[in-house]
Amino acid sequence: MRHVISILMENEPGTLSRISGLFSARGFNIESLIVAPTEDNTLSRMTLVTSGSDSVIEQITKQLNKLIEVVKLQDLTENRFIEREMMLIKVKAQDNSSREEMKRLSDIFRGRIIDVTDTVYTIELTGNSSKIDSFLEALGDKNIIEVVRTGVSGIARGNRALKI
Amino acid sequence: MELTGADITIRCLADEGVEYIFGYPGGAALHIYDALHRQEDVKHILVRHEQGATHAADGYARSTGKPGVVLVTSGPGVTNTVTGIATAYMDSIPMVVISGQVPSSVIGQDAFQEVDAVGVTRPCVKHNFLVKDIELLAETIKKAFHIATTGKPGPVVVDIPKDITAQKTEYHYPDSVFIRSYQPTRRGHPKQIKKAVEALLAAKRPVIYTGGGIILGEAHEELTELVKLLGYPCTNTLMGLGGYPATDALFIGMLGMHGTYESNMAMHECDVLLAIGARFDDRVTGDLAKFCPYAKIIHVDVDPSSISKNVPAQIPVVGEAKLVINEMIEAVKASETKPDADALKGWWQTIDQWRALDSFAYDQNDEVIKPQFVVEKLYELTGGDAFVTSDVGQHQMFAAQFYKFDKPRRWINSGGLGTMGFGLPAAMGVQLAHRDATVATVTGEGSIVMCIQELSTCLQYDLPIKVLNLNNRYLGMVRQWQEFFYERRYSHSYMDALPDFVKLAESFGHVGVRIEKPGDVEAALKEAINDRKRLYFMDFITDQTENVYPMIAAGKGHHEMHLKPAEVDAHEQRELA
Repeated sequence: MRHVISILMENEPGTLSRISGLFSARGFNIESLIVAPTEDNTLSRMTLVTSGSDSVIEQITKQLNKLIEVVKLQDLTENRFIEREMMLIKVKAQDNSSREEMKRLSDIFRGRIIDVTDTVYTIELTGNSSKIDSFLEALGDKNIIEVVRTGVSGIARGNRALKI
Repeated sequence: MELTGADITIRCLADEGVEYIFGYPGGAALHIYDALHRQEDVKHILVRHEQGATHAADGYARSTGKPGVVLVTSGPGVTNTVTGIATAYMDSIPMVVISGQVPSSVIGQDAFQEVDAVGVTRPCVKHNFLVKDIELLAETIKKAFHIATTGKPGPVVVDIPKDITAQKTEYHYPDSVFIRSYQPTRRGHPKQIKKAVEALLAAKRPVIYTGGGIILGEAHEELTELVKLLGYPCTNTLMGLGGYPATDALFIGMLGMHGTYESNMAMHECDVLLAIGARFDDRVTGDLAKFCPYAKIIHVDVDPSSISKNVPAQIPVVGEAKLVINEMIEAVKASETKPDADALKGWWQTIDQWRALDSFAYDQNDEVIKPQFVVEKLYELTGGDAFVTSDVGQHQMFAAQFYKFDKPRRWINSGGLGTMGFGLPAAMGVQLAHRDATVATVTGEGSIVMCIQELSTCLQYDLPIKVLNLNNRYLGMVRQWQEFFYERRYSHSYMDALPDFVKLAESFGHVGVRIEKPGDVEAALKEAINDRKRLYFMDFITDQTENVYPMIAAGKGHHEMHLKPAEVDAHEQRELA
């Protein structure tokens, strides 16, 4: 099963490599991983998407907690949570019909066209991963020039918070 | 007064109470070596290879409970420590390794003797640091000792660039450090302990299975009290030997691949298993699908990630062995339920029947020395009170089987990583910490040459170690597996062109003896043990065909143990058919 894990960790060089090293050494799978400093500049927050059986996920959270620089973590998937991912995508927009079609699809998915040339649209799209996957599917491979996705970030719904 | 980073480093070690450091100098560590020269609090032991330094520090740590400390230079200095660090990591041994690094200004420029020490050691340390600011040096060293020695212990590397060791600042060594992200659990959860004790007291066929955590956690007295209070059978892992007195009637021997028949059968048949400070290693469990099929499993460990990693535990207890066992003792005493005496009587009768098979039995004739016989004699002659280090292979198993350890920290071996070459340098650390004790290294002609250079260190520091080389001219354990599982194709397991070990020992300045007849074993050992001054290298020419029995083959369960050669042969034929 897919799990989204949020990790608060010391904002120090080497922490990221400890986490990625742990995953490769123990054969755990990483689907996406994003990390950035928080409002407290001594802390970074990582959102990591992984998958595995319950016992694998239990090991993943235990092994992450065992790393000295991991301060706290939360498996968001255990409760209701919000996930968002942002994508920037270049699509072919060479003639009137394709320019119209791309604009229309972007509007349907609530994307924004943020750069335009006479042959290319660059679209920004935010949503959960399945929405972004659906958009890519709707566009079709032949219309896509380049894709960049941020990976998933997430936060718990309601009063629950990951804080120290 | 301001001190240089080098002086601060050494002062930190002195203030930490470090008695010995094991090391080897080189360019990036020269300021630190200069600081060593200016003081007398910390004694430096010059090894002959950095791997030897880590194993010596490891042996010191295992035999004393205090952290072992290593000092090496950058590049090859630090890469040579990796095997020793990984050895300590797998067996959770507290160790601090200080490595010199090239100056900060050239880090990343492929400077002479530059290696990314933090990167190279990352997968096999509990934690590591690169010191980038002299103001953080003392605090970082304090953190290193704190992390290495608390929770589940382990090795910590502190990499110090040369320029940091030359800069100056005020010296202040903190009494303690607080690391917000590192707060190991010490006490077990009361509810979990209550549940565990209820399950224990309801057991009809209990087994108490303990590992290295009892030794590391100084919990042997508490364990002994709990086992005797309950009257339950107790088995130890290879790492846990000495955690419970081996000569006590409630001890059913080591378990696992080459453990006793009674301990493995008891594991298979038990209805409640109390595991403390053990991690369900594959050499202990055999095939997980066949592991303890009838048992409710209680697992006590200081490391939450050890629990339910290989075998799911019904009652997990996270906490230090000593504290948890103490609370269990109180709860057992306070409980109105008492162990089921009738059930226990029947259970012990069953165990005694398994025990009667005498699964370690071997035949010693007048012609060829059996390796088991040498270890048995060593045990008799030292009254079970020696420190025994070992390398890895058949001799390691024979030592574990035939030397009965009644006390903790007497049995020093690389159980987790299985590092050949560990035994001799580890014995140096043990002998330095226990100057008057008998320290024996049980080894083989394959393992001993992997760190043979340390014989030179032994001479320099007057370490009268007794080396028992069980020389069968084969990599015995490899040969055994090839005999059983590869139709006797002995691919590269014969040790050709061996040195003359007697002359070799003599050339290093020690006493070398070759023993070829069973009748000469005892006298040779006696002479060596009685000489308190000199290192004896005893080259025992042993039976080339001896195998370690009993044995659980890979992929088999505890109840599928082979007792005798004939049974293995039959098994082999079935497999081949």
